[in-house]
Amino acid sequence: MSPLRNVRSWLDQRFGWDDLIAPLRKKTVPLHRLSYWYFLGGITLFLFVIQVLTGILLLLYYRPGANEAFESVQYIMTRVQFGWLIRSIHSWSANLMIFTAFAHMFSVLFLKAYRKPRELTWVSGVLLLFLVMGFGFSGYLLPWNTLAFFATKVGTEITGQVPIIGKPMMIFLRGGEEVTGATLTRFFGFHVAVLPGIATVLLLLHLLLVQRLGISIPPKLEVQWTANPSAKREMKFFPNFLLRELMAWYVALGVLGVLAAVFPWNLGVKADPFVPAPAGIKPEWYFLFMFQTLKLIPPKVWFIDGEILGVLAFGLVGLLWILLPFFESDQPSRTKRWITGLAVFALAYVAGMSVYGHLAK
Amino acid sequence: MAILQNKCWLFSAVRQVGLAGFVVLAACLGFGQTTNSCLDCHSALPDPLGVSQEKFSQDIHAQKGLTCASCHGGDATSDDPDKAMSRKAGWKGKIDRKQIPQLCGSCHSDPAYIRQFNPSLRTDQLGQYRTSVHGKRFAAGDTKVAVCTDCHSVHDLRAPSDPRSTVNPVNVANTCSRCHADASYMKGYPIPTDQFAKYSTSVHHQALAVRGDLSAPTCTTCHGNHGAAPPGVDKVQNVCSNCHAFQAQMYEKSTHKKAFDAASLPGCVVCHGNHGIGHPSDAYLGTGPEAVCMRCHTPGDRCDQARVGLQGGLSRLDEAIKGADQILRVAESSGMEVSEARLGQDQARDSLTKARVTIHSFRTDLVDQDIQAGLKIASKNLQAGKGAMVERNQRRVGLGISLIAIGIVLVGLRLYIKKIES
Repeated sequence: MSPLRNVRSWLDQRFGWDDLIAPLRKKTVPLHRLSYWYFLGGITLFLFVIQVLTGILLLLYYRPGANEAFESVQYIMTRVQFGWLIRSIHSWSANLMIFTAFAHMFSVLFLKAYRKPRELTWVSGVLLLFLVMGFGFSGYLLPWNTLAFFATKVGTEITGQVPIIGKPMMIFLRGGEEVTGATLTRFFGFHVAVLPGIATVLLLLHLLLVQRLGISIPPKLEVQWTANPSAKREMKFFPNFLLRELMAWYVALGVLGVLAAVFPWNLGVKADPFVPAPAGIKPEWYFLFMFQTLKLIPPKVWFIDGEILGVLAFGLVGLLWILLPFFESDQPSRTKRWITGLAVFALAYVAGMSVYGHLAK
Repeated sequence: MAILQNKCWLFSAVRQVGLAGFVVLAACLGFGQTTNSCLDCHSALPDPLGVSQEKFSQDIHAQKGLTCASCHGGDATSDDPDKAMSRKAGWKGKIDRKQIPQLCGSCHSDPAYIRQFNPSLRTDQLGQYRTSVHGKRFAAGDTKVAVCTDCHSVHDLRAPSDPRSTVNPVNVANTCSRCHADASYMKGYPIPTDQFAKYSTSVHHQALAVRGDLSAPTCTTCHGNHGAAPPGVDKVQNVCSNCHAFQAQMYEKSTHKKAFDAASLPGCVVCHGNHGIGHPSDAYLGTGPEAVCMRCHTPGDRCDQARVGLQGGLSRLDEAIKGADQILRVAESSGMEVSEARLGQDQARDSLTKARVTIHSFRTDLVDQDIQAGLKIASKNLQAGKGAMVERNQRRVGLGISLIAIGIVLVGLRLYIKKIES
């Protein structure tokens, strides 16, 4: 018996390894012209793992605190062996992960994979997307540079616009009235403890649901394949799909390597709370569509403050977005066209506003 | 009884209305008394007698509660022109130019009076004026020279801190130039009239008027204001040293100080000029059109050789800084973290500035100390830049190798998939 088989037999005798991976062996992936979109979830997961690993490595040298954070990141980038690579990969991977998470969400939306019985998969996925944006927002401040400082100031100020709970929430996030070293320590705590804890639970739930419910088939194909089962085409998840997924991960790794080596993530200038905010300060690209919308809303809409209206509208849209599957029909042949229309509008709006926000002065 | 009650009510109402009317009339009359009645007529008169309410309200004196009568005498509270401009009430009419300094000084030389308006305002202006060239000539009967109102304006006189004031630092040169740049007005005075034209091209004007640096000098900074006078040949370095302290210290100990004093040459002005002071450049030490040393020194003499050494040192440091800057800029634009070296460049630039200041000692050994210190820092920063570029290239080589490895794995995976699916 080969050593590998020995190990497997040893594991199987102790906790039933074969039974544990049996569902993976039975699992199949529908094969059609849009199957490539199924890779996005796996790529997002891969980038999340990269984030965890590089994050742990950065923790070895990073020191949270207004007087140390910037210097410690500078130390990582200039003195620590491959520190520049780890930090650049962490930053680029974070941005790519948010991008692939958005792309994954829209692919699920257009393929109508959120339909019954996958409503909870959608809910957990959208919550994970919000968490990922939370990771981005909290992590952006950690190098304690000028741009991060003022972006956090603006971002937390917007939170403060929420009626009744806004001000206490802002003070809770900032650890006081202003963005200070206390905010940095707090954001560090959110970034490395609170958010990863919640994300791990949600991620496990999301993966468990994907595993239990299998991979969704687009409604048109589902109708065709139900009428004519012989037309059904599938691929084994293990090893066929997983090997392809592995190829996608390697491609993602290559892209990350190119970005990190050719465009190392800039450190900027250390934050100084006493200097005025740089002109035209903007948040990270994934918050731009919301930021630009808030900028375009007039100061007063009827008798309501424009910014408060915008924040409330985004809150409501976010809530409805989570509940979107519950508006969909149970029958694959009678799916709601307006949801597809809404998805097209949402994608165009997010992309358009982001570009507009990027170009606007 | 009811009729009587109604009459009483009517009487009471009429009395109330009458009382209110009286109060309004009294208020109007009272208001008329607190205003400056002179302006009622003079605001409608043409120049030079015309003074509008708007113009006078901008005047610092009006804002402090003074009226026309404070200077011109008379009764500003009277609406009757005969009473308002009565000699009995002390009306002086147009103030004779010869009386202006004394009239202004009657308040501005009285510390007890001035203290009630502005305790920090000086009260020695008249005393200083009498020591100035303007004051001396004025005392000798020359009424063409400047008196208080020529510089400070009249009827719309503003505090010097007001940017619209004619004596605000930014406007002083223009104010002085009204006379000193007017060749026909200055005819008969043995001084040039190109000071303002020269000053307008100077580094000082650039700093003050263009950059808005209020610490930069204008006419009064060097000549004084109320006590305005030329600094005098032997006092020039004392004037310049108020701001350029280190240069003055170096110069005081230099051989040039003794030589210039012996030749009655005006110190700093010999090399830098006066009103048209340009931005100093290392070319001053050269032999080109901007050269200043060779105006006096003979080519090939001991001083000329020292000059060559000084200029060479400054050029070397300047080039070294520029070289390091260039490589650091390229490294930074390639995403390399070189902020420490960039910060170090400021130290190298400080050394260059220090060396340029030390030039005023005219000692090659002292200047060389600063040059060597700067060169050492610039060299370290250059090495940091080169190191960053080497690392950038290594990163790219490493990336290439990694991409090849990733490509091999991808091809391997593809072949394996093909194998298991065939």
